[in-house]
Formats: sequence, structure tokens, C-alpha cells
Amino acid sequence: MAAPLSNHRSEAAFEDFKLPLLRDGAMAEATRCLFCHDAPCIKACPTAIDIPQFIRKIASDNVHGAAKTIFESNILGMSCARVCPVEVLCVGACVYNDTEQPPIAIGKLQRYATDRAYDESWKFFSAGPNSGKRVALIGGGPASLAAAHELRRLGHACTILEKRATLGGLNTTGVAPYKMRADRSISEVEWVLSIGGIEVRTNVTVGEQITLAQLERDFDAVFIGVGLGADTMLGIPGETLGNVHGAVEWIERMKLRAVDLSDVRRAVIIGGGNTALDAAREVRGLGVPRVTMVYRGRREVMSGYAHEFAAAANEGVEVEWQAAATALRNAREGTLRVGTVSCTRLDDGRRAIAGSAFELDADLVLVAIGQAKLSALFDGFEGITLDHGRIRTDTDGRTGRARWYAGGDCQNGGVEVVNAAAEGKAAARGIDADFRRGGAR
Amino acid sequence: MIDLTTNTAGIVSPNPFWLASAPPANSGLQIQRAFEAGWGGAVWKTLGVPIQNVSSRFAGHTIHGVQGAGFTNIELITDRSLEVNLKEIAETKRLFPRNPIIVSLMVETESAWREIIAQSIDAGADGIELNFGCPHGMCERGMGSAVGQEPAVNERITAWAKKYSTVPVLVKLTPNVSDIVPHGLAAKRGGADGVSLINTIKSIIAVDIDRFVPEPRVGNRSSNGGYCGAAVKPIALHMVAALARDSRFGLPISGIGGVTNWRDAVEFLVLGASTVQVCTEVMLRGYGIVEDMIDGLARYLETHGCHSVSEIVGKAIPAYSEWGDLDLNYETVAKINADACIGCQLCVVACHDGAHQCIHPQEGTRVPRVDESECVGCNLCQIVCPVSHCIEMVQVQNGHTPATWNQHITTGATLRPKKGAH
Repeated sequence: MAAPLSNHRSEAAFEDFKLPLLRDGAMAEATRCLFCHDAPCIKACPTAIDIPQFIRKIASDNVHGAAKTIFESNILGMSCARVCPVEVLCVGACVYNDTEQPPIAIGKLQRYATDRAYDESWKFFSAGPNSGKRVALIGGGPASLAAAHELRRLGHACTILEKRATLGGLNTTGVAPYKMRADRSISEVEWVLSIGGIEVRTNVTVGEQITLAQLERDFDAVFIGVGLGADTMLGIPGETLGNVHGAVEWIERMKLRAVDLSDVRRAVIIGGGNTALDAAREVRGLGVPRVTMVYRGRREVMSGYAHEFAAAANEGVEVEWQAAATALRNAREGTLRVGTVSCTRLDDGRRAIAGSAFELDADLVLVAIGQAKLSALFDGFEGITLDHGRIRTDTDGRTGRARWYAGGDCQNGGVEVVNAAAEGKAAARGIDADFRRGGAR
Repeated sequence: MIDLTTNTAGIVSPNPFWLASAPPANSGLQIQRAFEAGWGGAVWKTLGVPIQNVSSRFAGHTIHGVQGAGFTNIELITDRSLEVNLKEIAETKRLFPRNPIIVSLMVETESAWREIIAQSIDAGADGIELNFGCPHGMCERGMGSAVGQEPAVNERITAWAKKYSTVPVLVKLTPNVSDIVPHGLAAKRGGADGVSLINTIKSIIAVDIDRFVPEPRVGNRSSNGGYCGAAVKPIALHMVAALARDSRFGLPISGIGGVTNWRDAVEFLVLGASTVQVCTEVMLRGYGIVEDMIDGLARYLETHGCHSVSEIVGKAIPAYSEWGDLDLNYETVAKINADACIGCQLCVVACHDGAHQCIHPQEGTRVPRVDESECVGCNLCQIVCPVSHCIEMVQVQNGHTPATWNQHITTGATLRPKKGAH
């Protein structure tokens, strides 16, 4: 299927930020769950996992049943247990938050059950009877994997087209390694593919090796799960200097290969979102003595999660609030490597304050201000319309073009793995419903 | 998934999980929701002459922070009209024909039994359960446990029910007796097709020590209630097993008392019950608990290589024997896994104050030492240890031939020297 991972990956230096539960701890925590009626945690989960039920199963030592409950709703339950921002989803909704007792550690319990399922190779699902229908899925990330698995359960043949050498999307290339390392994501890919009947074509870029028209001709339906594009850059002088990278691109390099930070004394991360926070914590975790974020707003409006910022601050990441980079300069004449970030202070309207310029020394600059949305691929492809760069769909993933569906970051603009899992599955159901109605040929 | 179909005294159920005759089985809509959630069968809350209940009916027993670990009630049988109950039984049977409804009954005279049995069967009852167990209120009126405590009365009324019933008759036994066996045998003599046990245990769950009134408090008084919930399981297991292993008995058993999950249910099954009935855990957490019960039981059977529930019914009965038949030469000692030990020394204090003073603190470490020459293998240290698998009770190969007390007194079998008896 996909190329094996390199054994020399910088991400290997990281250990889990949240430690796994062992049996005693899991039983004690599970027993604490109240088994709420109409539970708020379920409503807070995009994939609507029956959380109280799986936790009750852990409490009765029916871990097999717990894992089944999780995967029944979300086949990517293993990675979601690690990468979900549970603090703002299920755990954040736990009724214990209204007491002086801590909320249930739902993510850790989910990890306990799903890891056990992987360790013991429990098999819960099998492919449905062959429908004779074929679906192409563009992109091999969480949305396509979730969609393909559900499509296989419904009996439809699947082909995943992935431009990289590996599947898993951002779970493989982007997730902070103290949450999940790439090898774990690859295990998940194998877990999903084990249902059988999912053909994988890696190193295939749609629009280059194969056209949209060809896909439309060769398949009964097409799911677009291409995610987002390249890092957006600032458009300021000096961005082409050495050691200046888009954060997503740098993170991918750090996760899949080795990066050398041995001579980096200070890194500057530009941006205030979760990617910026991840990059800052990763650079810091790899031993860079000083890591400074440059963010345009105040802390209260930062789009990165509060719990992630708290962890970053705790690890020694500094922030220049209400500041913007205006230029990147080389370390000294005659070198092409970055040495200084020129900044200016901003007022509450994010306007530069005259005379407030300051400079930060920097041997590494990562730009984390967003990723490009889809652009050219679907230009002139009638029916597929974009809204601020996101593909428009209905709740079952249908685009405006018959037999074309979409989900994940390219449709939602870039949210969480769990959203992609939910959207992929919903689109699979939509595709199936349309097949049954005869909507597709 | 494994077929969990069970047959208790001719009452066939898609799985062994029944709602017990109690508040969760009070009405048609409730039982219909329960069947939808997956419950196999239901024993309809006892029909009879509708009663009037008190306000304040339940109380919980919090044990080490677990709310409702024990539970009590002073509610009586149904307070709804017979006509309404019968109509709802018929409606529920129509909607869920595969799920057995067993109708619990409690009336006084033979003619009343004849009439209500006929009405229940007309409504669609798959079985009848005779409530000879209620230990509060109804017994003061000569019914419930007042019947269950008198084998002759139990036998007579059971015989009436059998005379008039065309569906299987289960007798629900009270645990408020010194020995359950004569009462099970009385039901058998009366012709019962099976028994269900235990009903609740006569009890005072707690006292409001500021008002000097027991709970649950009804104004300035209370009455003894029926104790149930997780805490009563050991009593129920014993009574079920006592009947299951008695060669004179041999009737099917529906086990009741403290079933909260599939593991509890398996314990009842291996001690001889072929179905289990649940009330308290449903009252505390709702019908949804049955999902794990079904899934957990199926998984358990699968991992034990079984293809049906019946394969495990009574499987632990051969291992339940008289004390006099236990091997006195079987010897275990405690072993502490130093790597797992967290140094709480609960085992030290438990052994010193509550057992045989053979676990000792050691210089320079919090990990205690077991003096195996003194350890009697009582398990207390393992019971108090907060880390699972830290203390193992390991068998000692002491070279002594197995010998029971009964063998010792009848044939003079040699017993090993006593440990810790000095």
C-alpha cells in the first residue's frame, strides 16, 4: 500500500503528554462516570459516540464491547482518543464540570479501550455484500478513511488516491507527536484498510496523473477529502531566507524525517492558532532554548485552545502579544539564513503603532497563519462551488455536482480529525442513499 | 453474536435479562421501552387489590462513597387498577410478542387467585410469578413474605395457582428465612414450575440520627423496608446455590438480588439460575444498562467457548461444597510484588490487627515482607491491597496428601501442622 516510515524521525524524541491509563486506573475512572441520561458528552462529540455506554462497559471489564461501541460510531476512535481537543468537546461537556470534582477523563478511557482493540487485533467489522458500485476518494486523510470504511461496510468498492507516499493525512504528517506519532497513525490506516476492498494508490495527484473527468467516467461516485493546501505566507520581505518555513510544512518534515535544530538558539513562531502552538511546543520540546510566538491579538482572542496555550506557556514558550512581523532579515551580510525578525506593536484595531518597532533574534522562523484553501483544482468544474475556499455540501456531503461529495478540512475549512471522521461517514451514508435511490448510475 | 435465548421453566426469552417485579416494571410504556432497549423479559409489578402507597418510599445506602450500593423500599404492590394493568399487558404483548411477560400476583383467597390468574393469562401472560416475598406492609395483611415463610401455606397457594394456570408458575421466595431449602421444596411440592429468588431482605437501612426516625422517613415515622441492590448479591447467590445444589429440588431458577452488570449475571448463572431479574440498578441508571449486559455476556460465552447460555448454568455448583469437604492440606501464602507495591502498608496493619501478624515493615523500604512460615493464606492482605495483582496468593507445594475434615474424622486422614496457631 503505502511507503514505510523512516526510522529517523525527529518526532521520536517526544513522549506522550497525557499518559495512558492502565486497568486499575481505567476501572476507577470508569466507575466514576454517572451514566448520564441524554448525556452532554455525546452531544459534544461530532461522531456522537455513546460515551456513557462505552465507559460503563469498561467499568464492567467488557473492554471488547467498549471498543466496539466507540468504533461503531467512529472508526478513527484510536487517533481521536489522542488528538481530540477533549477539553472543548466531550470532557468539556461532562456534568462533573459543574461540581468541584474533575470531569471524566473520556479521552484516556477511549484510548484504553481502543489501544486494547489494536493490541488484541479484535475485528468488529466486515464488508457488506458487493454492490457493484465503485467510489473514488481523493486524499487519504481521516475524512476519506472514515468514508471508505463506511462505504465498505455498505458493500461499495473504494479507491483512495493520495498524492503523498503515506496515508493518514494530518494524522500522519501534522499531529503533535506528544499526542500521536506517525507510526500510530499508520497503524490506524492499517486498521481501517483491514476491512478489505479498499484500493490505495499513493503518489497520485489528481489533476496531474489523473483528471477529474477521468474519475467521473471511471467511478460511480467521487468523495473529495483533499484537506487544505500549502501554508499561507506573510508576504513580507525576507520570507525566502533559509530557516524560514511554513509551520505545516516544517511539522511534516519533523514528523516524517529528521530536522536539525542544534544551532537554533531562538525560534520565532508567527501566528496564534493551534498550529502555531503545536509548532512552538514542538520546537521547544526538541530543545530550542527560546521560543517566541508573535501574535497580532490579545490572549483572550487567540484562536488556539486555552488548554494548549497553558501547556505551551508551562513549557516556557513566550509570546509577543499584539505584534506583527514586518520583515525578516539575514543574520549578517552575505548569508542567506534568517537572523532577525522585525516587528511592530499593534493597537486593538490591529493597526501598527507608529514608533513601536522592535526586533527579535531568530535562527528559525515558522509561519503559522493558516493554509491555502482549494483553488484551481475545481475551477470550471460545474456544480462544485466554494464558499471562502470551502467546498459547499449538504449535511450528507453532497456537493452541487451529482455523484460528487466532499468532507473534512476542504469542506469545513480546517477543524479536527473527529469532524473529518464524522463528515466522511456522513458522506458515505449520503453516497449509499443516492446509490439506493438510483441517483448515481 | 451468540444466541442468548434462555428457557426458564418453559418461559422462553431472547436473553436471560428480565426486569424484576418492581417500579421499573410498573406500566406498559415502561416495559415497552425496556424491551426496546434490549431486555429479554419482564415480570410485571405485582397485581392484586390495588393499594395506597406512602410518600417517601425509597432510601439508599451509600457505602464508601458509592450511592445506592444498597437500597430499600417500602412501596407495596401495584396501586394501579387491575383493568388498566391487564390492558397494558395485552398491548405490550401485541407489540413485543417475543419478549415474555411474567405477571406477578398477590391475592388472598383461592377464588381470588383463580380469577386473577385467568385474567392475567387472558391478557397474554407467558408465566405467573407468585409474590410470596414482600417483607413490608403486605405481610402484615397475611400476604407476601407471610406466605413465603410458612412452607405449608406456600405449598397450598402454589397448588391453587397450578390448578388454575395454563402457563408456567414461578414462586418468588423470600430470603427472610433461616434456610431457603424447605421453602423451595414447599413450592416444588405445590407443583411450581420454577422459583425466583431472592425477594428483598427485611431491614432498616438507616436512621435519621437528628430526628430519631429510621429511613425512609414518612412524617415522623418509618417502617422496616426491603433491602436490595448491589450489596445483597452475596446473600442472593448463596440462596440460589443452596437450592441449585440440593438434589431434592431440581427446579429452574430465576436469580434476583444485586445484579448490576453481566459479571453479576454470570455469577448467578453459574450457580444455577437460568435467567436473572434486575430492579435496583435499573432504578439507579435506567434500562440502557442492558446493552452492556447482553454484549458482555455474549463476549464472555464466546471467550469461554460456549454456544449457549445453558452451557454455563450451574457450572460452579459442583465446586460449592460443605466446609467439611474442603482440603485442609491445601496451603497458600502471600507474595508481594515489590515492583508493583506503592508502600501504603495497608497489608501490614490488616495482618497485624486483623489476621496473623506475619507481614512486617522492613528497614529502608516501604515494601513489607511476608513471613511465609507464619502466613496462613487468609487473603486479607490481598483484599486490602489497592493495586491489583500486587499481592498474589501462591500455592505452596507442601507435600501433604489432600485431606478434608470429614476424611480426617472418618478415616483418620493426616492433616498438615497448623500455621499461626500459637
